[in-house]
Amino acid sequence: MNAATGPGAALAAAGVTIRPAGPDDAVAGVAPRWVALPETTREIAAVMRVSAAHDLAVVVAGAGTTLHWGRPPERCDVLIDTCCLNEILEHEAGDLVVRVQAGVPVETLTEALAAKGQELALDPPLAGGTVGGLLAAGLAGPRAFRYGTARDLLIGITVVLADGTIAKAGGKVVKNVAGYDLGKLFTGSYGTLGVIADATFRLHPLPAARACVVWSGPTLDEILAAVPAVTASQAEPSAVELDRPAPDGPRAVAVLVEGAAAAERARAVRDLLGGEARIADEPPRWWGRLPEPGFVEPGGPSGGGGVLLEIRTVPSRLPGLFAGALARTDAAVRGSLASAVLRVALPAETDPAAAAAFVSALRAELADEGRVVVLSAPEPVARRVDLWGHVGGLALMRRIKDRFDPDRRMSPGRFVGGI
Amino acid sequence: MSDPVLDRLAVRFEELLPAGAVITDPVRLRTYECDGLTHHRAMPGIVVLPETAEQVAAAVRLCGEYGVPFVARGSGTGLSGGALPRTDGVLIVTSRMRRILEIDLPNRRAVVEPGVTNLAITEAVREQGYYYAPDPSSQQVCSIGGNVAENAGGAHCLKYGFTVNHILGLEIVTPDGEIVELSALDPGYDLLGAFVGSEGTLGIATKITVRLSRTPEAVTTLLAAFGSIEGGGEAVSAIIAAGIVPAAIEMMDALAVEAAEAAVGCAYPEGAGAVLIVELDGPRAEVEHQFAAVERICRETGAFEIRVAASAEERAAIWKGRKSAFAAVGRISPAYIVQDGVVPRTALPEVLAGIDRLQEEYGIRVANVFHAGDGNLHPLVLFDDAAPGEGERAATVSGRILDLCIEHGGSITGEHGVGVDKSRYMPKMFTEEDLDTMQLVRCAFDPRSLSNPGKVFPTPRLCGEVPGVRKGVHPLVESGRAEQF
Ligand SMILES: Cc1cc2nc3c(=O)[nH]c(=O)nc-3n(C[C@H](O)[C@H](O)[C@H](O)COP(=O)(O)OP(=O)(O)OC[C@H]3O[C@@H](n4cnc5c(N)ncnc54)[C@H](O)[C@@H]3O)c2cc1C
Repeated sequence: MNAATGPGAALAAAGVTIRPAGPDDAVAGVAPRWVALPETTREIAAVMRVSAAHDLAVVVAGAGTTLHWGRPPERCDVLIDTCCLNEILEHEAGDLVVRVQAGVPVETLTEALAAKGQELALDPPLAGGTVGGLLAAGLAGPRAFRYGTARDLLIGITVVLADGTIAKAGGKVVKNVAGYDLGKLFTGSYGTLGVIADATFRLHPLPAARACVVWSGPTLDEILAAVPAVTASQAEPSAVELDRPAPDGPRAVAVLVEGAAAAERARAVRDLLGGEARIADEPPRWWGRLPEPGFVEPGGPSGGGGVLLEIRTVPSRLPGLFAGALARTDAAVRGSLASAVLRVALPAETDPAAAAAFVSALRAELADEGRVVVLSAPEPVARRVDLWGHVGGLALMRRIKDRFDPDRRMSPGRFVGGI
Repeated sequence: MSDPVLDRLAVRFEELLPAGAVITDPVRLRTYECDGLTHHRAMPGIVVLPETAEQVAAAVRLCGEYGVPFVARGSGTGLSGGALPRTDGVLIVTSRMRRILEIDLPNRRAVVEPGVTNLAITEAVREQGYYYAPDPSSQQVCSIGGNVAENAGGAHCLKYGFTVNHILGLEIVTPDGEIVELSALDPGYDLLGAFVGSEGTLGIATKITVRLSRTPEAVTTLLAAFGSIEGGGEAVSAIIAAGIVPAAIEMMDALAVEAAEAAVGCAYPEGAGAVLIVELDGPRAEVEHQFAAVERICRETGAFEIRVAASAEERAAIWKGRKSAFAAVGRISPAYIVQDGVVPRTALPEVLAGIDRLQEEYGIRVANVFHAGDGNLHPLVLFDDAAPGEGERAATVSGRILDLCIEHGGSITGEHGVGVDKSRYMPKMFTEEDLDTMQLVRCAFDPRSLSNPGKVFPTPRLCGEVPGVRKGVHPLVESGRAEQF
């Protein structure tokens, strides 16, 4: 291909910072040829137009904390690094609304909002991520029980489609039903529909006070027997989290209470849990983090070694799950007993066939009442399992993908059903 | 006015559906000619009343076979003409799908058919200490299917969110007549979230799993009377700035209060330029704490009278005026338009001043009722339909209020939907590219545009074939130019 007219030249002429990709830029082992560093939505669009003209596949990366989740892209020519899309565009404290560019680190946003006594009530389980990455991966934390997940707090979005079209949906008011809610579709879409350029969120005031009731050491049966009353209690906990590092190791449950009169409400929770629970000002160290062997340091080697699963089910299935498939392994479990969303990690040395059998056993046990998604796994495991399991509406999803990205150039192959 | 295609279709429906489920008699069809937006009317070609999802699916497939458009209808309380029928089409009404299929308190959910009313869900679980949170004022009659389609809100959505935040699963009949289950548990694109609020344009919901919420331990309702709307507005801002998220903050201006007084004798404080209703709910200790703060804020911002409900009856008395507000203006005006716009809360004073200017400019009165906590305005534009030209002037004022909302970064609808009523405002709020992109979703679900066509989007668009869709492995991978692991 002629260097003066090829895609490299076209990218260079797009008016966007471009650099040749290096080995560190690989996405789950797939090396891009160029890295683009757009600073504005228009610059993203310029990159996308060139990519469309030259049939280049595009993967978007924020801080890269979950870039190795899902399947590796079938191909990747251009990596769009959102690091330079790092502006908080608008924060009108009186409206409890913030509009941010996709590359803003979650921690930067948290600090800026805290300065005004507010927060985006999402607590992503991985440190170091960006707002765009958080959205695209659709990650939720403990307080989803009270505040919902990213899709519930997102009120507006600007995206750039595969052909360079810039489109927005929603707006900057919390209440708004005009038009389709594209933000919902892009949340958790793993970059397969287009590039998220900026996002607008509904905020909450920082809680006036908080207290955490921690019960360390009980048996799982004791925990599971006590928790339903806590979840339903009028003390209105924001989160009920379990830490079970191993089937027969130490275990703990922690209940977060936020808002006015938190101390008093925490006492009510403690009474429900029983005498051994203690009230602390802050949640324990493990709170809101991924279970240990699956935990991947940001920017660390992709894959991270272990197998990381997410189980989404309903509370009534938890006892059966713990007595069944979860009891039989060396799995570390952490997650919400209130929302029945658990993350499970298997150590890196787990035999791939055994890991695959474990996933199947979980799925069989939950049947219709739950889903088991393999968030991240080393290749030998990933090859043996269907990462996503049952996906309702997959045919419709394919049709959406076909409309948004007919040439399959956006993170091809990474998502459900090979989308 | 018999249409041969519809006639043949009616015969097929008769074969397919239970007795009495197909309506072609013009007198009976007339019942369905409009929804809550009564000045848009059209006689439906055929009305069908299916009883099961399979019957809905079969009906939709038949429509597809004959290329006839269909419109879903729940209780017909929609205020944007979303359920306005097509004379050349079929109206699929869910009123015979009214069963509550399952109540599952340990998992805080209920599974219901789409025709079940919003309030019926709460009534089914109230005694056990649960409720269904979204509470549109029409909740006694509106259907949960209609709520899903409109992403309905209510006075309490400031704290608890909208319909979309409370739907855990849907069974839908797609526009090509397939039954598809969508669950909040599913990985993949959030089709559930995309479907909610799509106003019947992406298919018909035939089964709905809703989240049930715990009835709060304590509820406190306070009514504060202010000399002016500015005073009330200041109180709202101060409450929010104090980090309090009440269950509801509602405001009514003097004219709206006058109407409510005339209609239901709500006995709000005399001489109020604005009445604010603040409801706090949650754990008792928290509510007590916040209540003290709200009361202090109202006094500091100039409330001249504060009433606190001491019982459920007193709470109902406070809400009575607010809940009757829409219908009440009928007492002070022969006709009116219910508007639904949203502005950022901080822009409320400017927008209200703008509405005042419009009243003067056009000689049209506007009664303001709003969900002040989230900036959702319901201006009631009053006019005399017998006075020449007044209806047009009122419509102009109503439209210009939406312009004000858009100018201030708001929305043309907070809860009533776009329907037929506001589709022409969509291009003011969204660019051509935005609308084209939304259309991609439409085309994925309904490439033939048979499901509630002509609603939401201003101009009909053709979907066309998906250009150059490649299936399977990409050629670059196949040719070895890209690696796949
Ligand atoms: C007095 C009054 C007060 C109101 N207050 C509020 C309020 O506080 N908040 C609020 O949000 N709204 C309010 N509304 C508006 C209205 O009640 C809501 O929009 C409600 O959700 C409509 O429900 P419905 O069953 O009447 O739907 P319909 O009017 O029958 O239909 C509405 C739309 O939903 C579609 N639809 C209906 N059923 C289905 C289904 N099963 N699947 C797919 N699409 C379907 C229709 O095609 C149509 O587009 C009020 C209306 C009135 C008359």
